[in-house]
Amino acid sequence: MGQILLQVEDLHTQFFTSRGVVRAVDGVSLHIEAGETLGVVGESGCGKTITALSVLRLVPEPGRITSGKILFRGRDVTKMDDDEIRDFRGNDVAMIFQDPMTSLNPVTKIGFQIEEAMTAHKRFSAGLAKGRVVELLKRVRVPAAETRVKDYPHQFSGGMRQRAMIAMGLANEPALLIADEPTTALDVTVQAQIIQLMKQLNRELGTAMMLITHNMALVASLCQRVVVMYAGRVVEEGPVEQIFDSPQHPYTWSLLRSVPRVDEARKDRLVSIRGLPPDLVNSPAGCKFHPRCPFVVDRCKVEEPPLAEVAPDQVARCWVLMRNARQEDVDAAKTSALSVEAAQTLKAQAKVGGVAGS
Amino acid sequence: MQAAEKAPAIAVKPEAVLLRVENAFKYFPVSGLGGLAVRAVDGVDLEIRRGETLGLVGESGCGKSTLARLITALLPVTAGKITFDGQDITKLRGRRLRRIRQKMQMIFQDPYASLDPRMTVGDILQEPLDNFGIGSVGHRRRRVQELLRLVGLNPNFTNRYPHEFSGGQRQRIGIARALALNPSFIVCDEAVSALDVSIQAQIINLLQDLQKEFQLTYLFIAHDLAVVRHLSDRIAVMYLGKVVETADRNDIYERPQHPYTKALLSSIPVPDPKVERERAPITLKGEIPSPVNPPSGCRFHTRCPIARAPGVCSEQEPALEAHGAADQVAACHFAGQA
Repeated sequence: MGQILLQVEDLHTQFFTSRGVVRAVDGVSLHIEAGETLGVVGESGCGKTITALSVLRLVPEPGRITSGKILFRGRDVTKMDDDEIRDFRGNDVAMIFQDPMTSLNPVTKIGFQIEEAMTAHKRFSAGLAKGRVVELLKRVRVPAAETRVKDYPHQFSGGMRQRAMIAMGLANEPALLIADEPTTALDVTVQAQIIQLMKQLNRELGTAMMLITHNMALVASLCQRVVVMYAGRVVEEGPVEQIFDSPQHPYTWSLLRSVPRVDEARKDRLVSIRGLPPDLVNSPAGCKFHPRCPFVVDRCKVEEPPLAEVAPDQVARCWVLMRNARQEDVDAAKTSALSVEAAQTLKAQAKVGGVAGS
Repeated sequence: MQAAEKAPAIAVKPEAVLLRVENAFKYFPVSGLGGLAVRAVDGVDLEIRRGETLGLVGESGCGKSTLARLITALLPVTAGKITFDGQDITKLRGRRLRRIRQKMQMIFQDPYASLDPRMTVGDILQEPLDNFGIGSVGHRRRRVQELLRLVGLNPNFTNRYPHEFSGGQRQRIGIARALALNPSFIVCDEAVSALDVSIQAQIINLLQDLQKEFQLTYLFIAHDLAVVRHLSDRIAVMYLGKVVETADRNDIYERPQHPYTKALLSSIPVPDPKVERERAPITLKGEIPSPVNPPSGCRFHTRCPIARAPGVCSEQEPALEAHGAADQVAACHFAGQA
């Protein structure tokens, strides 16, 4: 076990809207060790991005961290003053976003933007920073780096822009890089190049990485450990191979079976999770996942399960657990809720008098 | 303009083909570049068979969406022939074109942008029926409710506006609208790309159910090759305005003949850490060249790991010919040798 770099404890981040309090992050605890790659997965609105933004204290209005601790090398980020937090961002932790075009300044040369990231944090002198820009672009494998430093963002392709963003993130040699859907906007061959690059950087520089994504394949490719989030909570956590091999939370299980695999011929229907993610103003009582869960029992509706150890290094928040699920429920979930739903609509429609045309 | 075309390996009965694209071109002139043009679709041959799902894949800018717009007669071709149900749609105008359009519909990527926010769902679904004057007013209302039920939405939602629905529900509305006129052919252009995975699975399953129920033919365009493999019967791969390979969905994944197809497939991560540890993607050098001035000969030669350039690959454009499995064609001088 390596040294613990980041420790988030019982984090609550809430948004105070006219509709009420949105509990975007609702008691999240997680940690990252030095040099480790952690995947944080879940669907839109599960709180994965807000967790990352909370770590950097960049939660947008009307949101606020309402309680919890964020310890980075033992120092509490939530208690840092303005100077300390500025020093922390960039020097200790850097973040790269999904869309590199909106995160780069369109009227400033790429080279200068990377240089600015260094001079702003005073880690490197102005002279040294200039020299490092080309070196950084080379490190992220931008071809002809010497001439491309003078280009503007629009002269870079999508993949090259993401490389430039990664170069900027690495400029101050942070111990942790947070990447929020870094390849989602890219074409597959470019995506492969960026994944390759992130793997190499993690190996070469020992930068720890927190990868936020909805893409399970990306987690399988890049991460050692994974945290699965649902409705602002961690529902399962563990080593990647263990979680993919034997997920214990029904949400994790469904997520893994809802995506087709490119290396396999079509077999079953995809597992689709019925219904929609809950409203975070009025989330359901008991387990947050129970209204959508194919394995729900009575207890799930009234009492929320704790995050409990289910195997060495693996925790899950579920009363049932996949290993105890009844086989007929598993089979029913595989044929998916929608086929039943569709069959009903088709039947109902036949009653109305068939699909009448012109 | 292009190398001689050859007969496909398998002679498919003409009546089995719903839509045929023959040597289609679409150039967009670039103003200020002295007669230069973006060659978005640059000599494409393709057939879509009745009742099948043809997957169309390729990276941004390869021309797949432009091709979809040519096929649905939303854009005129620069040259070439597109026959739908035996009729050359590039020659149709006016009422006859409208009649064809009724039979082909489109589902778009962004359910937020493709529904008018000021129209109720009922109006959105009734609009095509009104436009084509189908049935009585009462019949149209019933049909709208029927459509909502068909895509798994509450039929009483007709008075709601698009913003009251989630992304997945909006995509269902888009699908219901496409079904309104009883089409035989639907183009799904990145129809599930913007959705969360659990919702994406719902929509994919729905598309499959509807296809079975109404004997629909799909052209399914997407950049997610795993989804394409799951949904399609056959798959066509495009690169820089051309189809470079077409084959049965399993053949193309198991025995890709074109080096671009091979690279594309090897790039995709698989949700399995054990497979991922072993997987060695073929990384293509450089980026997609400009479609204004595509490379000479085979347009993939500048990035191809097996190209002989200078040589045959940079001098001579390969034709789409039979290679590999029975129903497989590829445009490569060294097909299957990568």
